[in-house]
Amino acid sequence: MTQVNLTIDQLDVMAEEGTTILQAALANNIYIPHLCSHPELRPAGICRLCLVEVEGQLLVSCSTAVAEGMVVQTATLEVEKIRRLAVELMVAEHERTCLSCGKNNDCKLQEICRFVGVDEKRLASLQPAERKLVDSSHPFITKDESKCVLCGICVRTCREIQGAEAIDFISRGYATKIGTFGARPLQESNCEACGECVIRCPVGALLPRGFARPSREVETICPFCGTGCGLFLGVRGDRIVSVRGNPGHTTNRGRLCVKGRFGWTFVHSQERLKTPLIKRKGRLEEASWEEALELVTAKLGRYRGEEVGVFASAKTTNEEIYLTSKFARVVLKTNNIANVAHLCHANTVRGLLPVTGSAGMTVPVWQIKEAACLFVTGCNPTEAHPIIGLEIRQAVRSGAKLIIANPREIPLCRLPHLRLPLRPGTDLALLLGIAKTILEEKLLDEAFIAERTLNFDTFKASLEKFSLAEAEAVSGVPAERIREAARLYATSKPALIFWSMGITQHSHGHKNVWALAHLAMMTGNYGKAGAGVAPLRGHNNVQGATDMGATPAWYPGYQLCPGYELYPRFGKFASSKEKFEAAWGCELPETPGLSTVKQFNPRARGWGGPEMWDLPQKIKAWYIIGTDLVNSVAGSHGVRQNLEAAEFVVVQDIFLTETAKLAHVVLPAASFAEKDGTFTATDRRVQRIRRAVTPPGLAWPDWRIICELAGRMGYGDKFAYQDPAQIMEEIASVVPLYGGISYGRLEKEELRWPCYGQEHGGTPVLHVDRFLRVEKGEFWPLEYELSPELPDEEYPLVMTTGRLLPHFHYNMTAKVEGIEALGGKDFVEINEEDAAALQLKSGDMVRLVSRRGSLLSRAKVSKAILPGVVFKPIHKGAVNLLTSADFIDPMGTTPNTKVCPVRLEKA
Amino acid sequence: MDERVKNILASFRGHRSEIIPILQAVQHEFGYLPEQEMKEIAKFLRVPESQVYGVATFYAQFYFTPRGKHEIKVCLGTACHVRGANKILDALERELGICCGETTSDALFSLEKVACVGSCALAPVVMIDDNVYGRLETKKVKEVLGKYA
Repeated sequence: MTQVNLTIDQLDVMAEEGTTILQAALANNIYIPHLCSHPELRPAGICRLCLVEVEGQLLVSCSTAVAEGMVVQTATLEVEKIRRLAVELMVAEHERTCLSCGKNNDCKLQEICRFVGVDEKRLASLQPAERKLVDSSHPFITKDESKCVLCGICVRTCREIQGAEAIDFISRGYATKIGTFGARPLQESNCEACGECVIRCPVGALLPRGFARPSREVETICPFCGTGCGLFLGVRGDRIVSVRGNPGHTTNRGRLCVKGRFGWTFVHSQERLKTPLIKRKGRLEEASWEEALELVTAKLGRYRGEEVGVFASAKTTNEEIYLTSKFARVVLKTNNIANVAHLCHANTVRGLLPVTGSAGMTVPVWQIKEAACLFVTGCNPTEAHPIIGLEIRQAVRSGAKLIIANPREIPLCRLPHLRLPLRPGTDLALLLGIAKTILEEKLLDEAFIAERTLNFDTFKASLEKFSLAEAEAVSGVPAERIREAARLYATSKPALIFWSMGITQHSHGHKNVWALAHLAMMTGNYGKAGAGVAPLRGHNNVQGATDMGATPAWYPGYQLCPGYELYPRFGKFASSKEKFEAAWGCELPETPGLSTVKQFNPRARGWGGPEMWDLPQKIKAWYIIGTDLVNSVAGSHGVRQNLEAAEFVVVQDIFLTETAKLAHVVLPAASFAEKDGTFTATDRRVQRIRRAVTPPGLAWPDWRIICELAGRMGYGDKFAYQDPAQIMEEIASVVPLYGGISYGRLEKEELRWPCYGQEHGGTPVLHVDRFLRVEKGEFWPLEYELSPELPDEEYPLVMTTGRLLPHFHYNMTAKVEGIEALGGKDFVEINEEDAAALQLKSGDMVRLVSRRGSLLSRAKVSKAILPGVVFKPIHKGAVNLLTSADFIDPMGTTPNTKVCPVRLEKA
Repeated sequence: MDERVKNILASFRGHRSEIIPILQAVQHEFGYLPEQEMKEIAKFLRVPESQVYGVATFYAQFYFTPRGKHEIKVCLGTACHVRGANKILDALERELGICCGETTSDALFSLEKVACVGSCALAPVVMIDDNVYGRLETKKVKEVLGKYA
C-alpha cells in the first residue's frame, strides 16, 4: 500500500492511499464531527457535518480521498459557521427529550453538539410543533421518527450488511422518513429483525426493546443453530440484560440474527425447571435432588444393555455429550445411545464416511465468500442458518454464481440465481442429471479423479442408462435448465455445495448425499479454499454430538463399534471396542445399538438386513437428555406410546417439554449461559462457552448430573471430574481428531478438527492432500429411487417441512414473547392453484390429514411453492403426527420426513 | 401477474434507470400504483421493493390509492390561503368524510391540495376535474359537489 503525506490542522499525517480524509483524521486523534459515516459502511456524504477546507475549497471529508501534499483544515471560520448551522437545523428537528432517551450519553448527536456548541436560544424558535408517534409495535425494536436524523445508516446497513433491503428513504422534503415498502410496520416487510440497524443507529431513533446496559460481558457462543456465532452476554448482577455480536469472531464478525440477538430471554423464563420432579399418582411433583437421584439410581440401575435407551442432547456441550456416551456404555452397558442427528444429518455423516471419510464442512464459514459457485439445495440458510445466509448473499453480490434447488422460493431467490424447482423427494434424479451432463460434456476434473479417487468407472457405468429426459420427467425441472446448472457448477471454481434436511430426510437420503459428494469429486472441488461441501448442521452442537459418539455406530471420534463394520473399506478400523475398554477401564457391550427412530419404532424398515426390520421392542427404560422427542421424531405418535408404556423414563432438560411431561423423573439442567464447556460448530470449529449467570433454582449442569448418577451407580472413579476442562483433557486423550484441543489453547486459537496434537494448528480446509481417513475418495454406483410413500387420490399433496427465521424448534424460542409475536402463528403454505381448487384463501382454517393423523392449521396461499406441494413449519402444531417413521435410510437411519402425502380439507 | 403489467414490462429492457417511466406507465394503466404491481416492477428491475416505493413516494405525481372519478384540487396558494382556503378544505373533508389525499369509499371523489392554480383573482379557488370554482364559500361546498353526484 502506498502511503500518502498530508497535513491536517498543521499536523503532518501519513495515510494509506484510498483512505478518506475523515478516516485519516480520526486515526490521528483529530475529531471531525460526523453522523452518517460508519466504519463498516460505504460513505454516503448525507449529513454534511464532516466538512473540511482544503485549499479554500469546502469538501465532505467522509467521501474525499487523501492526496499527496494535501493541506486540510478542519475548523476554519467558514467550516465552523456552516457546520454549526447544519447541526442546529438537525437539532431543531430532533426530539430533545434526552433524559428519557435510551441513547442518552451514547448518542452521536449529543457528542457533536458538545463539540460544536449549540445555542439553545437560537433553537427555541425552530422547535417542530408536532411530536411524531413512537412506533412500538415491533417486539424488539422501538422506532421514534422524531429522533431520526436521516443519516441513512440503517438503510445502508440493511442493504450492505444484512442484504434484506427492507427499508429506504421514503417521501421527500420535510416529510422524508425511513420506511418500508408501503410504509408498513417493520414486521410486515422484508425485515429480518436482525437488529443490525438498531445497533448502528447513532441516535435514539431505533432502540432495542428490553435491553439494559450491562455491568460486565461474558464471551460465549450462540445456543441456537450450528453456525457457531460468537457473542457477548451482557450481565448485570445475576441476570443477562443484553447481547452483542462478537466483532472479532471470524464467523459472524459481530453480526447476529434475530434469535441470537433477541432470543436469549428464554434463559430467565419463568417456565425454566428449577427443581427435580417425581411423578406421583400421575402428577409430576417437586422433589429434592437426593430423592430424585436415589430414585433414578434404584430404577434406572435395574436395566442393562438392550433394555435401556439413552439420548444425548445436541444442545449440550461436547464434554456432556462425551459423558452421556460414556455413561450409556460404561454404566448402563448399552450401545443404544442416540441423538437428534439421526433425524437429520446422520445420512450425511454415515453416508459420507465410505465416500470421503468425513462429513465435516470442508471449509470455514468465512471462506464461503471465496467460492465462485454456490449450489444451495434442500436448505434455506437465510432462515435456518442466517449468518451463513449473509455470507452467501455477500458472495453472490461480489459475483459468485448461485444455483438454488428447492420446491419453495426461499429468501435467497431474491438474489440473481439459477433456480431448479424440483418436486420433493426427486433430488437424486436431478443430481444424477447434473452428473450425467458433466460426464457428457466432459466438464470433469480428470486429473483429480485419477489421482485422488477410486471406482469412478463403476459410478459412470451406473449412469449409462440414465437420461436427462428421465431427470426432467421425475424432478419436473426442464432438462435444459439441469444442463445449465451442471455447466455453471462444473465451470465456476471453487464451488461449494450447501445442503440440509431437504437432502437428508429421505429413506434414501444417503444416496442424495453421495450424489452431491460425487459432483464435488468429479469437478475436483475438494481440498481447496472455498470448495467442497457444506452440510449445514441444525443445532449449536449437533456436530459435537456426532463427534462425541452419541450414536450406536461409533465411540467418541468416529471410532467404530462392534456390529457397525458396515463399510468394507473400514476393515482396518473395524472395532475400537478394545481401545475404549482400555481407556475407560471396564468391559463394554458387544450388542449393536439402535439409533433414534429404531428405538421407538423397532419395526421401521430399511436399515440393516430384513432380519432387522421387524424387531420386537426390547427397551423398557429411557434416559433422555435435552431432546424433545415427542415433537421432533417422525411418527411422533409412536414415541408417545412407547414412552407411556415404558417402565421408567428419566428426562433431563431446561424446560418441561412434551417429552418431559411423560417422564417418571425430571431433572432440571443448566442452560448454555450457566455452565462452561465447548460447542463444535458446523464448520468443525471447537469453541468455548462460558458461565455468565447462576442456574435457576436447584438446576445443575448436565455433566454434574451425569457424574452424580454414575457415582451412585458404582462408577464414581470413572466419572470423577472437577470441571469441564478436565473432561476435555480426557476427550483429547481418546479422540485423535480432538487430540490437540484444550481450554488453554481455545482461549487464544481458532481450532477446527482434526487437531491431532499440541503442535497441530487444526484444519481449516479438509482433504487438502488426501481424504481424511480413507486416503482416496470413492465413487459409488447410483440409481434413482422413488420415495416409499407417494401421493395418491386420497392424499394428493406432498407435505414438506422446515424452519422459520425467528424460531428455533419447539421450546427455547417459544418461551420468548417477542419471537412468538413475530412468528408465533402456525400456517400451512399452499400454491394458489391448489388453493383455488380447494376454494381456500389465506387465513382459512384447514385440516391437514396424512395416513397417520391430522392437525389443524391456517392456510397461507402463495406463489412461492410448487403446485402439489404444501409446506408446514415444524415449530408449532405437532407436525410429526403426520410424518412416517416406517421407512428409514439403510445407512443413516434417517426417516422419510420430507415427503409426506397429505390432503387438505377446509375446517 | 396481471396481464396489463406484463404488457407494460414487455416494452422495457429491465434496466433500473427505467423505473420512473415504468411507474408512470403503470399509473397510467391503473390510475394509481397498486402494491402488487410495484412488487412486480421491483422483481423486473431487480431492485428492492423498498427502493421502488422510495422512488415512487419522492414524486408528487404518483398515487398509492385508487383515484376517484372526479379529482378535487383545493388551491392553498398565497392568495387562496389569505382568503380562507383552509376553511374550504375543512368543509370539503367534512362533507366527503375523507382526509386530504384520500378517495371517497364510493370512488366518486379524490381530494387533494395544490399550491397555486393561477387564478388568484378568484381566490379561494377549487378545481374539480377541469372546472374552476372561484370565490367559493364554505356554505356553497355541498351545492358544488351535488353537481357531480
